[in-house]
Amino acid sequence: MAEFTLPANSRVRQGVTHKASPDAEQVKRFKVYRYDPDSGENPRLDTYEIDTAKCGPMVLDALIKIKNEIDPTLTFRRSCREGICGSCAMNIAGGNTLACTLSIDDIKGDVAIYPLPHMPVVKDLVPDLTIFYAQYASIKPWLQARTPAPPDSERLQSKEDQELINLPSACILCACCSTSCPSYWWNSDRYLGPAALMAAYRWLVDTRDEATGERLDELEDPFRLYRCHTIMNCTSACPKDLNPARAIAATKRMLAERRL
Amino acid sequence: MSLKSPLGKVLGSGSAREGAGHWWAQRLTALAMVPLTLWFAFSLAGLHGLGNFGDVHAWIVEPLTGILLILLLLSLLYHSSLGLQVVVEDYVRGWLSVATLIALRFIHIVLAVAGIYSVVRISVGVYT
Repeated sequence: MAEFTLPANSRVRQGVTHKASPDAEQVKRFKVYRYDPDSGENPRLDTYEIDTAKCGPMVLDALIKIKNEIDPTLTFRRSCREGICGSCAMNIAGGNTLACTLSIDDIKGDVAIYPLPHMPVVKDLVPDLTIFYAQYASIKPWLQARTPAPPDSERLQSKEDQELINLPSACILCACCSTSCPSYWWNSDRYLGPAALMAAYRWLVDTRDEATGERLDELEDPFRLYRCHTIMNCTSACPKDLNPARAIAATKRMLAERRL
Repeated sequence: MSLKSPLGKVLGSGSAREGAGHWWAQRLTALAMVPLTLWFAFSLAGLHGLGNFGDVHAWIVEPLTGILLILLLLSLLYHSSLGLQVVVEDYVRGWLSVATLIALRFIHIVLAVAGIYSVVRISVGVYT
């Protein structure tokens, strides 16, 4: 259901400011969402002044610098620091993206950092993605075929066949797309969201897969698939430059074509 | 509190196996309305003022006008019914959603019947 105001215990208050040292050369202010479930307090926005002359180039570098040098209680996920694990997805300067692939210099003014929108927050910048992962699992993201695999080789694909799944299978499940989608905000208990739907599409167009009909049956639902209203926030948010909106449109076309 | 697994929650009661028909009908009615709305707008503009009862009446009693008006009413109200249904499904939950969907469907059917009845009544000359 649409929610237009935050619950009282989710309203973000002004937090503390950590000043830069007087000899700092280039000061950039990072305003970071902080929430500690154990404290019983409302979330707050802490300000950290960072000397970018003594910091790595990416937003993730600044977060690590804050955690190492200013405030070790700051909690966030990160792993690969090169845009392939999807761990450091968060809302930076108003858009969902990966902290590790966004350059600090590309952000004008102060850098606002929040967790991915409209998800339960575990702590600080760590959202609870349990339902998001369950949605991915629900589309059966594995190959289903009745034809037995050749005994002495793999199932073959032509080059053209492979190109169909090339882009959709490059998804890293960072959840930037789904958590940028208003339809997902209002109805994520029933709408699968762009990430799971693009994963489903990746198997719909896989020429080795023989469960296309069953997959389409499972998707054809007013909520699971058709809550997508082509808002396309998913495509503009994707840090891997993938196009979930196009995959969903193609899925709707497949469903229309099989009944005409 | 429920200890149902996350996957169990997501799978819910399964797929409704419905939606493609709704999606297709929404696009067909939109397509139909392109020429019908243009025709309607240009026809109204071509009349010398809507205040002239005689002109408007003479226009509606033409067979082609009556047919096109009914087609416009049908595609417009069907399209509106489908579209508002989506808005309610998006934003309203529980019993209020069901009640609103029922009310919307009834209102659209009443409007369609009333509209068609009016055009027919004028066309066959019951109302002059």
